[in-house]
Order: sequence, then C-alpha cells, then structure tokens
Amino acid sequence: MIVVAMLALAAGTYLIRLAGPLLRTRITFPPGAEKLLDASAVVLLTALVAVTALTEGDGAADAARPAGVLVGGVLAWRKAPFMATVLAAAATTAVLRLL
Amino acid sequence: MTNTRESFILDYVRSIWRTVDRDIALVCLAVGVTSVSYGAIAVASGLPFWFPVVMGTLVLAGSSEFLFVGIVGAGGSPIAAVLAGLLVNSRHLPYGLALPDVLGGGWRRWLGVHLMNDESVVFALTRKDAARSYWTCGFGILLCWPLGALLGAGLGSAVSDPNTFGLDAMFPAVILALILPSLRDTRARRPALLGAVIAVACVPVLPVGLPLLASLAALAALPLLNRGLRTEAPTAEQGPTGVVEQEPQGSAGVAEQERQGPAGVVEREGRGRAGAGMGERGQA
Repeated sequence: MIVVAMLALAAGTYLIRLAGPLLRTRITFPPGAEKLLDASAVVLLTALVAVTALTEGDGAADAARPAGVLVGGVLAWRKAPFMATVLAAAATTAVLRLL
Repeated sequence: MTNTRESFILDYVRSIWRTVDRDIALVCLAVGVTSVSYGAIAVASGLPFWFPVVMGTLVLAGSSEFLFVGIVGAGGSPIAAVLAGLLVNSRHLPYGLALPDVLGGGWRRWLGVHLMNDESVVFALTRKDAARSYWTCGFGILLCWPLGALLGAGLGSAVSDPNTFGLDAMFPAVILALILPSLRDTRARRPALLGAVIAVACVPVLPVGLPLLASLAALAALPLLNRGLRTEAPTAEQGPTGVVEQEPQGSAGVAEQERQGPAGVVEREGRGRAGAGMGERGQA
C-alpha cells in the first residue's frame, strides 16, 4: 500500500512537471500571457524564499533562520560571491542556535 | 611511466576542479546533507531502508517526500500523504511554464522534466548557460538526494539534526541569492514582494503548498503595481554587476531570439541582465 502511494506521488509529480513544458510547446501563448508566465517564476521563487525563511509548518520559524537568510540576502545584494553568501547564511543561523 | 601517469591523473583532477561548477556543487552538497536527515527520519518512521532511496529517485522533490514520510510516520493515511505531496509539488506546473527552452526534444525532454526542481529552475532562469546549468544541477541533485537518503537510512538515529548547522537557512539563501539580480528591477520586485506577503499570510490558513500558488495572485495586480513604470524600458538600466549592458537597449526591439520578461529573467541562452550578472560570478 505504501509503495503504491509512493508510486502515485512519483507519477503525479512527473505529470505536474511535464505539463508546463508540454503546454508551452503545444500552445502559442499571446505575448502578454508569455510575459506573465515569465514574471510568475520570480513571484513564485520569491514567495518560496519568504515561506521557507519565515515559516515552519503553519507557524513562524525560529528567529535564527530568518536572521541567517537576511545576512545572506544583504551579502547577495552587495554582490558578494554566491558561495560566501550561502555559507554565511548557514553559519549565522548555526551560530545563533548555539547561543 | 608511473610518473607520467600520476601527473596525468593530477592534471585530470585539476581540470575537474577547474571545470566543476562550484556553485552548483555547493547546492547539491547541501541537498545531499539535508537528504541524510530525510533518510534517517524515514527509517525512524518504520519504513524500510530502501524506501527513501527509491522514493528520492522517483519523486525527486524533497519537501513533498519529507511531508509524505511525516504523515505516514505519524500514522496518517497514505492517500492523504499522496495528496499533500502533490499539493506541495504543484509549483512545478508554473515552473514548467516559465522554464526557458533547456530541455531539448525527444527522450531528453522526458528525462529533463524529471530533473525540474527549485534549484535547477532558478539556475536555468538566472544564468547565461541556462541549459547546462539546468542539467548539471538536475543531475547533481538526482545523484545527491538518493545517496544522502541511503546514507541517512544506514546511519539511522545516529544522524544529528542538520538544522544545527543552519542548513534550513541555506535553502532560502540559495534561491534568494540567485533571484536577487532579477529583483533589482522594480517591475519584477513589486509583484514578487506582494506575492511573498500573500504567501506568508496564507501559511497559517492554507494547507502546505497552496500558499505558494496563492502568491501568483500578485500577478493580477501587475498593471496596478507597475503603473507609472510603463514608459521605462526595462533593459535600459545597468546590469547587477555594474557592467554596462552589451545589448542595445530594449529587448523587445532586438531581433535575436532573446526575450526578457518583465521580471528581468533571462530567456533562452541570452546575455540578458540577470544572466550576465549570475553567469560571470557563477564560474568565478
């Protein structure tokens, strides 16, 4: 039963992933709609950052996580190298949790 | 004889070190470490050791797998676990719609869509070498996620919480660092911030996964948000690295197959704004 459930999740997820590129090649979207699709990715990814940085389950995350992400965000805004940005975010959160 | 062979191997290692995409490698490594805890949690919930590995390979979408294992482990119904997992993965539909043409045709597309995840999509959207970044990141995660799960399943309860190392801050920081160049554009920033507010506000009231979809409602306010910006050509600014755009301004007028959305996200293998910034730094 559990294996069937796992396969169902795998198949469903594959179809969700397939749907976008398939629609994009089959249907010619009007230019306005294409712009909207491009904008949607940035909206979605920004929302993903906000949700994963600020929340845990249906409540708030502990303050160490958003603090780390904020440090990473400031570094990225100041054009620090990607690796420094990401490692600084993790390090900040880790250190704050030690305190 | 041995000497030449050794130096050959050394050269080989050096060339790998030079050619390996360190940013993507770091992201994949972080995914792998997260996956160790996923594997450990899965076996702790009473699932066999192969389960998180097989599921990691076939589903290949971390947060939905965590959720699935969590629900099943707590004695919830497998059907509820599937539905919750699908809801979390629903964001891959808009990802697929916005994804630049990186998949190619034929069998490559059937494999390529499976490699679609937050990280591979964001690399494809923000880098000059969109296709290569997408496939490298996709394969890297296809390798690291199940391998990490196998390691975690083997170690079991010996695995410590990866949040101790701040790994939970790493994922949002990765996505944020990659999309920031796009967010320097006011036209992209306004709907993105509104979407983020909507999503976070929906977290307490909507089931997991749906708040992200709800963020897309911000697009409905696009004309309102960008009022007054209409006349401003989105590409007439400088790149995020301060490098002056090599392109003549106004991507709409450029005959190349290089389109830039209002979001400032690079389409195709273009040399657009966001791509130029990320691409240059990406290989540093």
